[in-house]
Amino acid sequence: MNAPFEGIGASVRRKEDLRFISGNGHYTDDINRPGQLHAVIKRSDRPHAKILSIDTAAAQAAPGVVAVFTGADTAGLGSIPCGWQIHNKDGSPMAEPRHPVLAEGFVRHVGDPIAVVIADTKQHAKDAAELLAIDLEELPAVATVTAATAPGAYLVHEGAAGNLCYDWHLGDKAATEAAFASAAKIVKLDLENNRLIPNAMEPRAALGDFDASSGDYTLYTTSQNPHVIRLLMGAFVLGLPEHRLRVVAPDVGGGFGSKIYHYAEEAIVTWAAGKLKRPVKWTADRSESFMSDAHGRDHVSTAELALDAQGKFLGLKVHTLANMGAYLSTFATAVPTYLYATLLAGTYTTPVIYVEVKAVFTNTVPVDAYRGAGRPEATFLLERLVDVAAQETGLDRVEIRRKNFIPRDAFPYQTPVALQYDSGDYFATLDAALKTADWAGFPARRAAAAAKGKLRGIGISTYLEACGIAPSKVVGSLGARAGLYEVANIRVHPTGSVTVFTGTHSHGQGHETTMAQLVTDQLGVPFSQVDVVHGDTSKIPFGMGTYGSRSLAVGGSAMVKAMDKIILKGRKIAAHLLEADIDDIEFKDGKFTVAGTDRAKTFGEIALTAYVPHNYPIEELEPGLDETAFYDPKNFTYPGGCHICEVEIDPDTGVTKVINFTAVDDVGRVVNPMIVEGQVQGGVAQGIGQALLENAVYDENGQLLSGSFMDYTMPRADNLPNFSVATENTMCTHNPLGSKGCGEVGAIGSPPAVINAVVDALRDYGVRHINMPASPEKLWSIINAGRPAMAAE
Amino acid sequence: MYDFAFSKPTNVADAVKLLGDPDAKPISGGQTLIPVLKQRLNKPTTVVDLTKLGLSGITVTATTVTIGATTTHVTVATSADVAKAIPALAHLASHIGDRAVRYRGTIGGSLANNDPTADYPSAALALGATIKTDRRSIAADDYFQGMFTTALEPGEIITAVEFPIPEKAAYVKFPNPASRYAMVGVFVAKGPKGVRVAVTGAGQNGVFRHTAFETALAANFSAGALAGLATPADGMNADIHGSAAYRAHLVDVIAKRAVAAAG
Repeated sequence: MNAPFEGIGASVRRKEDLRFISGNGHYTDDINRPGQLHAVIKRSDRPHAKILSIDTAAAQAAPGVVAVFTGADTAGLGSIPCGWQIHNKDGSPMAEPRHPVLAEGFVRHVGDPIAVVIADTKQHAKDAAELLAIDLEELPAVATVTAATAPGAYLVHEGAAGNLCYDWHLGDKAATEAAFASAAKIVKLDLENNRLIPNAMEPRAALGDFDASSGDYTLYTTSQNPHVIRLLMGAFVLGLPEHRLRVVAPDVGGGFGSKIYHYAEEAIVTWAAGKLKRPVKWTADRSESFMSDAHGRDHVSTAELALDAQGKFLGLKVHTLANMGAYLSTFATAVPTYLYATLLAGTYTTPVIYVEVKAVFTNTVPVDAYRGAGRPEATFLLERLVDVAAQETGLDRVEIRRKNFIPRDAFPYQTPVALQYDSGDYFATLDAALKTADWAGFPARRAAAAAKGKLRGIGISTYLEACGIAPSKVVGSLGARAGLYEVANIRVHPTGSVTVFTGTHSHGQGHETTMAQLVTDQLGVPFSQVDVVHGDTSKIPFGMGTYGSRSLAVGGSAMVKAMDKIILKGRKIAAHLLEADIDDIEFKDGKFTVAGTDRAKTFGEIALTAYVPHNYPIEELEPGLDETAFYDPKNFTYPGGCHICEVEIDPDTGVTKVINFTAVDDVGRVVNPMIVEGQVQGGVAQGIGQALLENAVYDENGQLLSGSFMDYTMPRADNLPNFSVATENTMCTHNPLGSKGCGEVGAIGSPPAVINAVVDALRDYGVRHINMPASPEKLWSIINAGRPAMAAE
Repeated sequence: MYDFAFSKPTNVADAVKLLGDPDAKPISGGQTLIPVLKQRLNKPTTVVDLTKLGLSGITVTATTVTIGATTTHVTVATSADVAKAIPALAHLASHIGDRAVRYRGTIGGSLANNDPTADYPSAALALGATIKTDRRSIAADDYFQGMFTTALEPGEIITAVEFPIPEKAAYVKFPNPASRYAMVGVFVAKGPKGVRVAVTGAGQNGVFRHTAFETALAANFSAGALAGLATPADGMNADIHGSAAYRAHLVDVIAKRAVAAAG
């Protein structure tokens, strides 16, 4: 009987799922260490205040309390670092105010940690936290970029004048102005990208442990990248060398970016464990997550597109205010610059582009990368602007896109905003999506809906994104304070089974399955004989973690490189055993064969020989079969595609129902089609969530109004249609797998498709643009304003 | 949550006695109290569990449906007797919260709490129900006294709710997109007590009777009878999900849908 095909291209069921759905996942909060204490963080309920005094005496004396620490105790620790330094237009570095682990003198957002109470139980710690007497003098607060940049706005940080972190630009301003001067038509659009709260299913948690005999620290944490946390926390905050600090990120229940960053709580529990010589655990309540996990998006922009008389794009000008929140989170500064402005060519041949971005401090939770990170913001701006351009030039929405697409034969394509796309075929994804969505048949469906009293609309988005981050040299020149390669160690065991140690981290993506498939494909080892290990700095040589859809394109490529080394060594061993020249040894289908003969050794025989080297070329070759590769990508990867959304709006209530959603994406080589489909569906669900439902709302004084699921609208199954998901792939030309990445395309491509559909549905009401979320009241107000005559029906 | 004593009495008299402590709190399904306790927003001395008082069950006569106070929403939603006598009530119960909430939450808990966005108060008010307690019977019109406020005295326990069977009735809810509580819920009934329209979710003072709609529908029980009757925005709730004007408009729309559904 033939074994089932489990290599690249097989929809193998996810091997990790049984563990997750049967309650056997092993998450940070499941870990308990002997003598463990519990930490509760006392957080600011004021958006901005001066700390006049903190009296900890009553809390210290409360039952079970072991220690209470405030900013006075942690003032000697380093600042929580930002991983990417951006330079202003004038070349000076960005403003980078100190980000203390516990507030020092001031609190700057609701949720800012003021003190930590550590007790024998969480209950005791909570009780004692209520006894802290904290005297705050409230200060004026700014919650929005508009308020923060208004003349005379109160400063979040004294050292950041005008509340500016940086004033940055990209592109050729003079050439862009010239293009606008010669344009037949200029289309201008003001738009906002709404602020989101990630809400991973598992709240963040951290457990610090200290071994007094070795002096070693261990941090168990809900992280997407344990090595990065070890680096940031060890080197910058606590001053611990790598060999004294182990960071473990066990099973992690979703991240979406929010678990990339180094957070204060990780440093607090690790530092306190050393100080108290006992393990210290902190686990966030859901309400704490709302006010302490990094938020996403929050841009206010103006975009202008210059067109010639035929509708060809001549130039693009963009001005964006990006909300950083009160402190700079790990990747915050890179998101509105190198992950956003560089994407503004999209799928189009726009020859000149000029982008100005001001990053702004506000009295809100820090903002950082959230699924898509900068690319959803760029895509929403561009795909809305193109639709408005179609509306105002009278061109068809599809034709204006086709007319401006980068031609199939133009790759590699150099954009005017730094990136060079290696491959893509935007016509193929567009045509496939138009067909699947029956774009041509829409007018009949609109008419049928109208007969039922419903407003039906269809919207399209032809997006491009850059992921698989990233070439270290390139990002280093742009201000990144780390390299962005990836690492794989392939350990072939004596009996031929394989353990993969990857520097990426799986927190829902299914790496244990996809990466095992790579091994099955390349080494011919059965899928069941491959295990994937991630998330422990003591086991894995190094790694930069999982974000930016990089795990397969970069981490998988590192695996391929390591397996190439395995195969090369195997051929040397086989040449010895088969008494042949190495150049005559081929490796195929799990066998090392002398070319043109049936003389062969199986992979298992070679593995055994490597570990039992009785008959072995020991003079030239070390025993063992265990190889490591570091892979630094040559370029970003460039997934793209076409999303089409069809909606129906109830004019009486303003409620939008998504009727159909078609996604045709180009993600390069697909390893597991089922997992790719799931990733796209999840991303689209989040994109629909952003477009119609989700909104982080602060009042003008900086209080978070959407601080729980009572007010923050998560997308649920009944908000979503049955998705039609397909791929039309071109291969990435510069990595060995040809894969581009699929983790974020759904969240990037979908929001403008949804809003374009909503605007199309309301086309008879004179609507030009709707900011997200397109909430029922917002749409009803538009509809209601447009039909005064019908109000008295 | 804070520490508290927990008591599970088996008769109403014992429960009432335990609730004589002004800082004791009754619990039935706990779908409101438990989240409140978890957030440390309440610090009861004793939590008195009412679910073993024998107050669960449904009795249907020719003219009434009586539901015991600790009867869960799922029991009402799936009761063939309720579905036959007052289908609108079964429908309402089947759309409270989510499945987990419906297996725990109870009618007595909902009415005693009188959350301004809860579903059951609209049914009680529109159907002209009688709230029966350990010491008296209270007409729905006298029972609801503003949000989270009822005619219940301290320590008074609801034992059952008696609904007159209407000729026709319907409940339509426009859920808050985030919480899924009623942003506007309208219960319309035509029955022995005339035409009654109760609105939940929308008003600042909790559930209320919409007398303008009642008058119009008494003359002509059809959705068309409500045309041109615009509910004023005064007194409506406003929050990040909807202004007072939007809620007032939704009352108009949902009321028409409820009348149409009642047939």
